[in-house]
Amino acid sequence: MTSTAGAAPPVPTAPADGADAALTHVPVEDGRRRGLTGYLLILPGLAWLLIFFVIPFYSLVATSLYDPSGSDLRGYDMTYHVQNYWTAIQEYWEPLLRSLWYGAIATALCLVLGYVLAYAIAFKAGRWKNLMLVLVIAPFFTSFLLRTLSWKLILADDGYVVDFLQTIHLLGEDGRLLATPVAVVAGLTYNFLPFMVLPLFASVDKIDHRLIEASSDLYANSFVGFWKVTWPLSLPGVVSGTLLTFIPAVGDYINQELLGSPNQRMIGSVIQSQFTNANNYPIAAALSMILMLLILVMVLFYVRKAGTEELL
Amino acid sequence: MRWLREHLVLILGILILIYTFVPIFIVVLMSFNDPASRNVYAFSSFTLDNWTNFCGPDGLCHSLWISIQIGIASTIIATILGTLAAFALVRWDFAFRSSTNLLIFLPMAAPEIVLGSSLLALFVSAGFSGSLGKGTILIAHIMFCLSFVVVTVRSRLAGMSDTLEQAAADLYATPRQTFWRVTFPLVFPGILGAALLSFSLSFDDFIITNLNAGTTTTFPMYVWGAAQRGVPMQVNVVGTMMFVISVLIVVGAELNHRRRVRALT
Amino acid sequence: MSQVVETASPTADGATYDGLRLRGVTKSFGAFTAVRELDLDIPKGSFFALLGPSGCGKTTTLRMVAGLETPTSGSITLAGNDITYAKPYRRPVNTVFQNYALFPHLDIYENVAFGLKRRKVGDVEAKVRDMLSLVELDTQARKHPAQLSGGQQQRVALARALINQPEVLLLDEPLGALDLKLRRGMQIELKRIQTEVGLTFVHVTHDQEEAMTMADTVAVMNGGVIEQMGAPEELYENPHTTFVANFLGQSNLIEGLIKGRSADVVTVDMHGVDVSIPAERSHADGDRGWIGIRPEKVLIGDPGEQLDAPGNSIPGGVVTDVSFVGVSTQYLVRMPWGQELQVFQQNTGHRRLYRTGESVELSWRPEYAFLLDSSQDVAAGSDRDDD
Repeated sequence: MTSTAGAAPPVPTAPADGADAALTHVPVEDGRRRGLTGYLLILPGLAWLLIFFVIPFYSLVATSLYDPSGSDLRGYDMTYHVQNYWTAIQEYWEPLLRSLWYGAIATALCLVLGYVLAYAIAFKAGRWKNLMLVLVIAPFFTSFLLRTLSWKLILADDGYVVDFLQTIHLLGEDGRLLATPVAVVAGLTYNFLPFMVLPLFASVDKIDHRLIEASSDLYANSFVGFWKVTWPLSLPGVVSGTLLTFIPAVGDYINQELLGSPNQRMIGSVIQSQFTNANNYPIAAALSMILMLLILVMVLFYVRKAGTEELL
Repeated sequence: MRWLREHLVLILGILILIYTFVPIFIVVLMSFNDPASRNVYAFSSFTLDNWTNFCGPDGLCHSLWISIQIGIASTIIATILGTLAAFALVRWDFAFRSSTNLLIFLPMAAPEIVLGSSLLALFVSAGFSGSLGKGTILIAHIMFCLSFVVVTVRSRLAGMSDTLEQAAADLYATPRQTFWRVTFPLVFPGILGAALLSFSLSFDDFIITNLNAGTTTTFPMYVWGAAQRGVPMQVNVVGTMMFVISVLIVVGAELNHRRRVRALT
Repeated sequence: MSQVVETASPTADGATYDGLRLRGVTKSFGAFTAVRELDLDIPKGSFFALLGPSGCGKTTTLRMVAGLETPTSGSITLAGNDITYAKPYRRPVNTVFQNYALFPHLDIYENVAFGLKRRKVGDVEAKVRDMLSLVELDTQARKHPAQLSGGQQQRVALARALINQPEVLLLDEPLGALDLKLRRGMQIELKRIQTEVGLTFVHVTHDQEEAMTMADTVAVMNGGVIEQMGAPEELYENPHTTFVANFLGQSNLIEGLIKGRSADVVTVDMHGVDVSIPAERSHADGDRGWIGIRPEKVLIGDPGEQLDAPGNSIPGGVVTDVSFVGVSTQYLVRMPWGQELQVFQQNTGHRRLYRTGESVELSWRPEYAFLLDSSQDVAAGSDRDDD
C-alpha cells in the first residue's frame, strides 16, 4: 500500500558524468525513450481503465439523474432529475453521517494501533523486522468475510470477551457487544489495520535513528524526541495511511451487517440494497455520488491541511 | 522495571500482532468443529469431517470453482496489461504520462461501493443488466487488479538500475537478448508478486462482485449468503487452506531469497 | 568479432589509423555541450588515461566510444572502421563500469561468460577458467556477485570485459569504490594485465595520481575540451595551461611582466625580480603571464645563502606556515608582494627545518619554471575551483 509518485521527475538537460542514455538513436529526456512502442505498451491497460473506470463514472452521474419512476425492467427516462440527490440526502442522511463517523473513529484507532506496530517493527524489531512485516500481512490472506465472522464468534454474548467485560463491570449484566456500534468499529479497525501499518512503516522506517540520538544529545527526553522529531518526519506515512484506511472504511458495510444491528446501517449497505433489492437505481447512484463527493471534499481539506502542517 | 520501559513498545507491538492473528486462529479451529446445534459460533466437538467431506454443503464447491476460475483469468489478464503498462510508465515518455499515473492510482483509493456502483451503472446503461454474470465480474476484477499490478511491477522496475542493460549491450547482447536475459529475469519476482496479489484480491472480493454478479455466486458471495443461516464449517476449511497456502508461498519466497544470498565468506 | 562493422573507411588523410581516433566529436544535451570538437588519437596497445574533474565530459566521451551515447557530430574510427553510429553490441569495445554492473541474477561464471555466449564463441569453459585464474577468482566461479567483496567484484567486471579481447577496453573510474590500499594494488594489477595482454586500455578518472601512475599517455579534459595531452612527465613538468598546472599536483603561479623574448629564453619581471624561462616552456602571448614553479622545485634557504647557482633568486620571504608531512616539510612563504608561495622540501636530513616567522630566500632553476598565458584563470583546476 504505497502512495506512489510517478517515476523520477524530469532532470534539467545537463546531466553529470554517467548520465543515463537510450540504447538507440532516438532522442532522450531524463533516460526515457520516446516513440510508438511506449504508446502501444500503455494502450491496453489505459483503455481498460478508461472504459471500465472513467466511463462508469459518467454512467453513474447519468443514472443518478434518471427519473425515479422508471425501473430496471422497463428502463429509465433521463429527465435530469436533480431531485434525486435531495431525496437521497433527506432519507439517508443518517447512514451517511454514521458511516463517516464510524470510519473516522476506526481510522483514529487504526492510527494509534498502527503507529505503535509500525514503530515497533521499524525501530525495535532488529533482525525480526522482515518476519514481523510478513506477520502483519499474513492474516489478511484469508477471506475478509471469514475473519469478520470470526469476530462474531469472539464477541458472542456467551463468549469469553463479553464475560470478561461483564465481570469487570465495563458491560452491564445484559450488555452485549454484537449488534452495537462498538463491534462494528472494532471490526472496521481490525480489517483495515494493514492499510494503515504498511504506509506508516514505510515512512517511519526511513527515519534516521541518528536524528533521535541527536535530539537526545540536545536535552530532549523520549516524549519530546518523539513529538518533535519522529512524528513530524513520519507525517507523509500518517497522511497516506489515514487516507488509505478512511476511504474504504467509510464505504464498507460488511462489518456492519455481520457485527452490527440492522437499525444502524452504513451507507454502503443502503446503496447495495437500493441497487439490488429496491431496484431504485437513480437513488442508489445519487447516494454513491454523494458519498464519493463527500469523501473527495474531506480528502482535499485533509491533504491541504496536512500539507501546510508539513511545511511548517 | 527498566526492562519493561525499554521494551514497552516492542511488547505492545507484539500484542497487536497477536491480536491480528486471533481470528485466524478461530478460523482454523472452527474448521475442525462439529457444530452440535444451529449455533455455529461456538466450538462443540472436534472432527475431521469438514476436511474429508469438503464439498458437502450445497453450492460451496461450485462457488469456489467459480472464484478460482475468475481469479486465474483476471490474474492473467491484469498481470499482462499491468506489466506492459508498468514498462511504459517507467521506460518511456509519452503524452499525458502524469495523468495516466494518477489514473492508475485512483481505483486503489476509491471506496469499493462506489467502484461497484459505477460499473453497475455502466452495464445497465449499456443494456447488459440482464446478462450480469461471470463476464461482468471478470471485467470488474481486472479493473481493480490492474492498478495493483502496475504499482508493484513499476516499483520493481524503477528500482532496477539500467546500467545493467547498458552492460549487456556492451557485451554484445542485442536488445531482444538484453530483455530476455537481463531485464526480464530481474523484474520477474515483481511480476510474480503482482500476480499473487492480484489473485488474492480477486478471490476475496465481495462488495464490487456482489453488485455486478447477477445470479452467479462466487465464494465470498456464498459465505455471505450462508452467514444468515449459519456458515457450514467447510467454509473455514477453505479459509484455513487459503491462509496456509499463502504463508507457504511467502515463506518459500523468503527461503529462496536467502538461499541465493548467503553471508560473505 | 563477427558483429563488428566491417567496412574500412579511410580517414581524412587517406591512411587508415590502426588505433582509436576521434575527430571533431561533439555531444550536446539540449543547450548544454558536454564535449566540444574533441580530437584524439589513441595508439593501439597503449594505456591511455582521460583525466579531469567531474562534469568535464570524460565519461560522456567514454560512453560515445562504447556506443552508449551517440555523438551530436564528429566521427569515431577504430582500426580504420567508422563506428560512430554502430550499436554497442556491434563494436569490438568493452567497458568496465564504475559500479561494476555485474548481473545479480547470474553467478560469476555466467557473468564472465556472458559476452562469449552472445557472440557464440566456442570453448567457453576453458576461456572462462583461464580468465578467472588471471584475476585470481577461480574458486569463486559459482558464487553470485552479492557474495563477493568490492575488490572481487571489480575483478569480475574486469574479467567479464577482458575475456572478449576487445580492440579497446574502456574503464570508467573502476577503482573509485575501493579503499586506498586495494586501489594501489589494483592499479599495479591493471597495468600488469594491460602489458601482458597488449590491448588498448582507455581509463577515465578524476584521480590525477592514478592517471599518472598507470598511463602511457594522459589527456587532461576540462569543460568538454582537452587542455593538454602527453606522457605523464611531460604534462606534469611542462603544463601548457593553468588548469593543467593546478590539476596535476600543485603549482605556484606568480604574476609577471614579459620584458624580453629571445630564441632560447623569455625574461620576465616578477615583482622586481628578473626571472628567466626557457622558450619551449613559455606558453604566453602578449606582455603578461603567469610564472609557474612547482613547490618541490623551490629551494628555501637563509637570506644571502647561495642556493643553487645559476638560479632565480628571490629574497624577502617570511615563513608563515610549517607542516611536517613525514616525507617532506611543506612551507608557506609570504613574499614581499603579498603572495604566499608553497615550498615542499624533502626531509633528507641534509637541510635544516625553518620556523614560522623566519626570513628566508627562495630559489629555483630556470629550466623548471614555465610561463602560462595571463588570460587564464589562475585558480583553474585547483581545489578551490568548483568545477
